[in-house]
Amino acid sequence: MKKLLALTSVAAMCATGALANDGLVAEMDKPEQWAIQTGDYKNQRYSELDQITADNVGSLQANWTFSTGVLRGHEGSPLVIGDIMYVHTPFPNIVYALDLNEDGKIIWKYEPKQDPNVIPVMCCDTVNRGVAYANGKIYLHQADTKIVALDAMTGEEVWSAVNGDPAKGETNTATVLPVKDKLIVGISGGEFGVQGHVTAYDLDSGEQLWRAYSVGPDDQILFNPETTTELGKPVGADSSINSWEGDQWMIGGGTTWGWYAADLEENLFYYGSGNPSTWNPAQRPGDNKWSMTIFARDIDTGEAKWVYQMTPHDEWDYDGVNEMILTEQEIDGEERKLLTHFDRNGLAYTMDRVSGELLVAEKYDPAVNWTTGVDMDPESENYGRPAVVAQYSTEQNGEDVNSTGICPAALGTKDQQPAAYSPKTELMYVPTNHVCMDYEPFRVSYTAGQPYVGATLSMYPAPDSHGGMGNFIAWDNTTGEIKWSLPEQFSVWSGALATAGDVVFYGTLEGYLKAVDANTGEELYKFKTPSGIIGNVMTYEHDGKQHIAVLSGIGGWAGIGLAAGLTNPNDGLGAVGGYAALSDYTALGGQLTVFSLPD
Amino acid sequence: MQLTRTFVASTLLAALALPAMAQDADEIDNISVAYEEDGRYYTEDDIPTYNITEDGQKVDWLTYSGFRRYHSECHVCHGPEGMGSTYAPALKDSAIDMDYYDFVDVVVNGRQKINAAENSVMPAFGDNPNVMCYLDDIYVYLKARGTEAVPRGRPGGREDKTDAIREAENACLGL
Repeated sequence: MKKLLALTSVAAMCATGALANDGLVAEMDKPEQWAIQTGDYKNQRYSELDQITADNVGSLQANWTFSTGVLRGHEGSPLVIGDIMYVHTPFPNIVYALDLNEDGKIIWKYEPKQDPNVIPVMCCDTVNRGVAYANGKIYLHQADTKIVALDAMTGEEVWSAVNGDPAKGETNTATVLPVKDKLIVGISGGEFGVQGHVTAYDLDSGEQLWRAYSVGPDDQILFNPETTTELGKPVGADSSINSWEGDQWMIGGGTTWGWYAADLEENLFYYGSGNPSTWNPAQRPGDNKWSMTIFARDIDTGEAKWVYQMTPHDEWDYDGVNEMILTEQEIDGEERKLLTHFDRNGLAYTMDRVSGELLVAEKYDPAVNWTTGVDMDPESENYGRPAVVAQYSTEQNGEDVNSTGICPAALGTKDQQPAAYSPKTELMYVPTNHVCMDYEPFRVSYTAGQPYVGATLSMYPAPDSHGGMGNFIAWDNTTGEIKWSLPEQFSVWSGALATAGDVVFYGTLEGYLKAVDANTGEELYKFKTPSGIIGNVMTYEHDGKQHIAVLSGIGGWAGIGLAAGLTNPNDGLGAVGGYAALSDYTALGGQLTVFSLPD
Repeated sequence: MQLTRTFVASTLLAALALPAMAQDADEIDNISVAYEEDGRYYTEDDIPTYNITEDGQKVDWLTYSGFRRYHSECHVCHGPEGMGSTYAPALKDSAIDMDYYDFVDVVVNGRQKINAAENSVMPAFGDNPNVMCYLDDIYVYLKARGTEAVPRGRPGGREDKTDAIREAENACLGL
């Protein structure tokens, strides 16, 4: 049954693919390449390569390395198209094209000139989650929101467009999604009161085609009050602005800096929106739609087909931007097209990605305590809403009150670091944070281009647990259960990779690249790279040999919160400094390490 | 006002003993409290500073307030409790090493270190009321962190917010 379905879905993919961007679809289908940051449109981060197996991965060796020349946090991963590897860096967003036939000799280097004033407007380091490829061009979305299309062979600029204004706090950290004849891009700046949006540009010319905001009037958010649905019901007119008080929505956040998925058959793309601004919930009464929302939008028009707001009226900064993993699986005896999303709020959602029906919503870290769970009764007036535990409600406790012991912390049970899915095991492999927090909201005023936060946070390892700040888990998305969980000393801030060799790879903040058994989680291999890993593991084949590659370079949120170590203020003085400081394990770096089996 | 100053200075002597001892005799004492004014504490040179009650149980309001404001405005770059991050300096040290007026200058006007090895930019917060109205709060908190007079984590007890501090805050925020 499974095989049959796989065949039909491939056929369907090809049929629509021919009408769409068949070039990129064909590139993504070649297992020897890594043609898109997310592995494929489904965000599965799965490779059919099986030369490296659970049996032989123990003899993996670092094969060659490359220094990027930049010392900030390195997120994302390289791409491999044909014999060329494309490596990007954090600000200043250099792109290198490396010749795999000549030990990574630099074919071309592109270094944009950006106003350094964009640096401090970027919350949480100047990371960039990588370039995209389509139709012979490399697409880079720079920190200052300039989008450039570069000739993949020469690095020459073909076109450029400007997506936002850093003077207002609009910046970029995300990759872009080339799909059909469009380039879909998001925006960062939720901590600066930006009105988040997603925008489509013409892939060949850079002309702006449509823009859909996350919050605002229907014509700005591209909602059809009658046909755009949430959990099967039309959302009605003015669904967003009715859920805000006054004009707060104009600086309402809902930024779109995460990962994007696409289903060409349904002509939909999927992504999530970030936190409402400010972090002080008392300053923005209402559900603050459509922040913290999963969106399914039409690729051609941008119109929303369905939405689902996971955390109405956020009180903890649980951005909803994490990746949407698309799968075809049997659930409750029925084959369905699924979307699985591991939210910052600590719940993993499995939905029908065609209808937007909510199928599973379960905690993927037992430490999660702000909610008792989601109301799954379609007849209930609270259908789909999480039940908030009063003790951990920063809204109910009020302004200037320190709510303590909330799990997860603002960085979420998982942040953007993407999970992987193996169709062989039907498990999802999820890098997670195991961190809790105290949160005290207070009143702040808005100034364009200035931070707009309004809360004081202290973070610390989840109490009464293994003492570490992370776990790497295997998750069954059809039942909502953890299959196995590997404790980690630090948050796992690296994107995972699953392979047909039944090996799963991930990086750690100390700098280890680890390989574990896809079925059991048994650790099979580890190697300490020069700096902490917040990049995503990828694989490719060159000259008949499978390689594993990952960027090292500590930074990002992890470089802020964990560099000095975390403390639990509730533990009293004795425990201060008792938790591991990342700076004891690793230092700044910016390096690519490529692994393969010995000859 | 002079009366208050003398009075407070004498009652605080015991609490001052520790930081004062660390200073060289001819060096300017940028830490010790010389006088108090409506809940704000100052050094001999009229530079804002923190205060810890004699029993060590309470910090002054500004230090506590600085803890909150720091973790709202500064923490996303400079790390928890002024400890620094992978790309921004530890401000608990800057508050000790830098002259108060230089510290204020950098916060108000920003600073750039752009060269082959660094891409470090401190933004100008001069028109940000969430920072400017609490600049002394953040400064004294960081100074207290720098001397380790206040440990990591949330300060325990605190002195009450005085009417004068509240009025100045409201005036600054335009409330």
